[in-house]
Formats: sequence, structure tokens, C-alpha cells
Amino acid sequence: MKVLDRRKMILVNSVLLALLALSIVACTLLGPVRLDLSRALHDLSFANPDSEILFRARLPRVLLGVAIGGGMAACGVVLQALLGNPLACPQMLGVSGGASLGGILGLILFPNWLLPIAGGLLGEISWVPLAAFLGALCSMMLVYRFSLFHGRLHPYHLLLSGVIFNSFIAAVIMFLNSIIDFYQAQGLLFWLMGSLSTRAYLTVAFIWAYIIFGFLWLWAKGLSLNLITLGEEAALQLGVETGALQRQIFIASSLMIGAMVSVSGMIGFVGLMIPHVMRLIVGSDHRLLLPASFLAGGIFLCWADTLARIALAPAELPVGIITAFFGGPFFLFLLYREGRKSLAL
Amino acid sequence: MNPAIETRNLSFAYKDREVLHDVSLSVEQGEMIGILGPNGSGKTTLLKIFSAVLNGQGEVRLNDRDIEAYSRRDLSKLFAVVAQESSMNFPYTVAEVVLMGRASYHSPFALEGKKDLEVARASMELTDCLSFANRYLHELSGGEKQRVIIARALAQEPEILLLDEPSAFLDLKHQVQVFELLCRLNRERGMTIVAALHDLNLAALFFPRLVMLREGKIYRDGSPSEVLTEKTIDEVYGIRVRVEQDCVAGKPQLFICSAL
Repeated sequence: MKVLDRRKMILVNSVLLALLALSIVACTLLGPVRLDLSRALHDLSFANPDSEILFRARLPRVLLGVAIGGGMAACGVVLQALLGNPLACPQMLGVSGGASLGGILGLILFPNWLLPIAGGLLGEISWVPLAAFLGALCSMMLVYRFSLFHGRLHPYHLLLSGVIFNSFIAAVIMFLNSIIDFYQAQGLLFWLMGSLSTRAYLTVAFIWAYIIFGFLWLWAKGLSLNLITLGEEAALQLGVETGALQRQIFIASSLMIGAMVSVSGMIGFVGLMIPHVMRLIVGSDHRLLLPASFLAGGIFLCWADTLARIALAPAELPVGIITAFFGGPFFLFLLYREGRKSLAL
Repeated sequence: MNPAIETRNLSFAYKDREVLHDVSLSVEQGEMIGILGPNGSGKTTLLKIFSAVLNGQGEVRLNDRDIEAYSRRDLSKLFAVVAQESSMNFPYTVAEVVLMGRASYHSPFALEGKKDLEVARASMELTDCLSFANRYLHELSGGEKQRVIIARALAQEPEILLLDEPSAFLDLKHQVQVFELLCRLNRERGMTIVAALHDLNLAALFFPRLVMLREGKIYRDGSPSEVLTEKTIDEVYGIRVRVEQDCVAGKPQLFICSAL
């Protein structure tokens, strides 16, 4: 009888952790500008361009990418479990759309007199993630409500209302985009395509804090997540307070999505692809699947962003384009496979 | 001894459609009861109220304590439920599914312990699914799947087992196997068993007490020969049958009289 034991937990997580560490080092060294590592490490002052590029430009960006890739994958895992739908992900449910709108409104409506006190960096780590969090939470609850009939969640309605909600939000964002000034609009577009760019270490640290907090909260619910995949009734009968679980998952994942979207816009498909691949490799037990997906998501986005930086160097692609290139075909393949399975071919 | 389940004047309505009306029923500890009735007569609803998935109007007491006083975790140690069908969208192995029955017994932050593995193994042995413990649930046939779900219910080590048409998707052999297993659990472990049933003949063979529901009310309550008469079947199901005693088991069996 093969079940999840401590040995497997430790083995899988340490292998992935080692791969992640390797990826962070490798991706920091890779880039359009060739770096001399020994020279960079020899002199860490501002005067040394090699160390400046390595530690000021690349490393914070790589670290941010890891946090966001991991966070997206973890959110994908829990939303798929909670909604009983292996095709659920933050994009498909309209959640990241809601978060974007929240973040944009947060930016636009931010009272001007507060700017000198709480603008700039402080707004970036507190105000915008908070607004995006509220946007994510509201849209998640809205889409959920619209797919609930007589206490039953209809997966078909869920995906459909999520997709429609997302297109609606996209229209609202485009409208806002066309009424704000040209300079702001340009930045907004790049952000909407999903991109990572270099940020201050303080921002990176705050995003990590949001994401680690949310992740640990979700991980603590690992066992309940296993049970909720059996459906709400079965989970109730096995001892899960499903209402409380749902609320906590919604809040924790909205917090993470809000933080992620506030710095990187909508980086799609990570939350769909990584959980699927990891489920095939490590199994469906969420006590392992969740940390494994987090680590694998970090590794994946780390490399995807490196590709985005060097593919058209010196120009730079938004990383969302790279993930979509991988994720779009992957999603169609999944849909096809699910279809075959349900027809028992 | 206190009754395992006791309801007084229990009613339940979905919006304005009343499903259960004034049901007062007492299930003694160690009893084995079959709930009968046509579709929509309230069988499933009654079971859902027993397992606290639905909230009815009126009183439900478990082991002489109000059902509201139990936490979900405590309820899941007292009750196990085998539903009509169980959906599975994610690839879990049989062993993983059975171990889910142990969730209330170990810390939510820990992996299953030795005791949990032993109980799960014993449950799988009892339901004859140890041989495919490492296969995925969605690869199994309907009969195998149902045995896994029963194994999970047994892994909960419940005092009371609730089953909603446990043999609905099974062939004759597996139906009989399931009912024989229920009889054994009832006799050897003193487990209280309440099952909603469709097949009246099998119900008569295996269940000493039957409760017949009609339009949300208890219509008859008693031994098979008291409940399954030509008159009650005509009144409850609206079909004509001939009832004869099976000469070996001494239980009533139904023969359908078709107009053709």
C-alpha cells in the first residue's frame, strides 16, 4: 500500500529546493550582458558595473519571479481543489482580472494629498496590493456566487462566468486606459501583458512576505483540501467545516493574487500548468502537492523570465507572452484529453 | 440504552416544497434499518439530516445529545456516510481515498500514523479491495469503486453507518456482497446501520426492520412482513404486486403483476 510518507515528502521537496537554488544562480548569471562573476564578487561597490547589474538589476528580479511563479502555482492548486475543477486557475476564474482592476483603481483613485506621505515605494508595497487584494476577493466571490445553484457548484457555469467576467473586466480596464494620459497608458499596457521588472529589494521582500504568509495558510489546509476534492457533502461528512475552509481559501489566495498582480500584472497559465504537471509527478495529496507546486512554479517562472530577457535582447518581452506560448497549447491538450476521458475513448 | 438516532416532529422543506413532514423515528443502537419509498419520498433528505449536511425543523438527537452540539470532527467519528454516487475529478489512489476516512483522527498538520494505516488496511481487507490499493479510483469499475467508498466509511470507525442506495450501480452479485457485509458489520461489531433502499426484495431479505416513507411521512414502520404487503405497495408505489413468503428465508418477496 503506497501512501504519502515522510521520506517522500522530504525527498521531493529537497530535490525541488536544490533545483530552485540552482535556477536562481543560473538565471542571475544569464542575461543580455555578459558578466564576469569573479570581478562582480570582487568589488561590491556601486562603481563596479558587473556587481551592480548582478545584485541591483538581476537578483531582485529573479527573486521576484520565483515568488510570483510559486504563488501562482500554489493558488492554482488550491482553486482547482476547492472548485473541484482541474481546469480552474486564477485567470480563468476572473480573479486576476478583478485584482488588476482593483490595483488600477487603487493607483488612479489614490488621493493626491497622500502621495508625499504614502506614495512611491510605500504605495507600491501597501496600497496597491491591498486594492488588488480587495479586487481579487470581490471577483472571486462574485464568480462563485453566480455558479452556485441550490447550494451546488456548477463547474461549467463557473468557468463560463469566470471567462465572461474576465472579458468584462478587460473592457473596463481598456476604458480606463483610454481616459488616462498617454504616458501612464503605456506603462499600464506593459503591466497588463504580465511582466517582471527590476524592483527595489524592499518591494521584493514585501511581496515575498505576502506570498509566504498566504502559502503557509494554504499549506496548513492541505488535508482539508484533499477532502474537499470529494465534493462539499463528502467533505462535511468526513469532518471538514467546508464553509470556513472556503472563506479562508478565498481570503488567503486573494491576498497572494493581489500582491502578485500589483507588481507583475497578469502572468497567465503558470497556475494551470504547474499543478497539473506536479500532480502527475508527485500525486494528488495536497500536503505534498502544494509545496512541490510552489517550488516548481518558482523554477518555471525563473527560467521563463530569463528567456523573456534574452530572447530578443537587447529588447525585452513581457514574461506573460512566454508563459502563454507554453500554456495555451498545454491547456488545449488538457481539454482534449479530458474530453476523451469523459467519452471513455 | 439511549437510541442512536432519535427525531421528533422533524420537517424539512426546499424553498416551499415540503420534503419531510413531522417525522418521528427512533433508531436503537445496533439496529439495522432499511428506509423505503418511491423517488422523492424523502429518503435521501432524511439521511442528509442525520449526517448534519442539511438542517431540518424539529429535533434530532444522537446518543441522547442534540445534533447541534456536535462538532463536524466529532460527527465524522460517530457517523460514516456512503453516498449514492461519488464524484472524483482528481487522480487519487484507492489507499489515499480510504485513508481520507482517518482525517478526523490525526492532526491536520500531520501525516497518517501507524494506527491509521492499520485501520485503513483492515477496512480494505473487509471490503475486498486490498488487492487494488495502489490503483487510481477513476480506473475502477462501479462495483469496485463502491467497495472503496465503503472501506473509507469503515476507516472512520463509526458507530453508525448511513448508506444511500448503496447497491444502485452494482450487479446482482455485488449487491448481495454489499448487503452481506452490512449484516456482518451489524452482527459482529454492533454497528448501527440505516440504509435508503430501492430494491424491496433485497431489503426484505437482509433488513429486519423497514420504514416506508410516502410523501415525506412515515407510512409504515415494522418487520418486512408488516411493511411489504400488497396493499401498502399499491398505496405507496401505485403498482399491483403479489407478495409470497420465500420458503427458505421466511421473508416476503414481491412479484410484479403487469397488465400486459
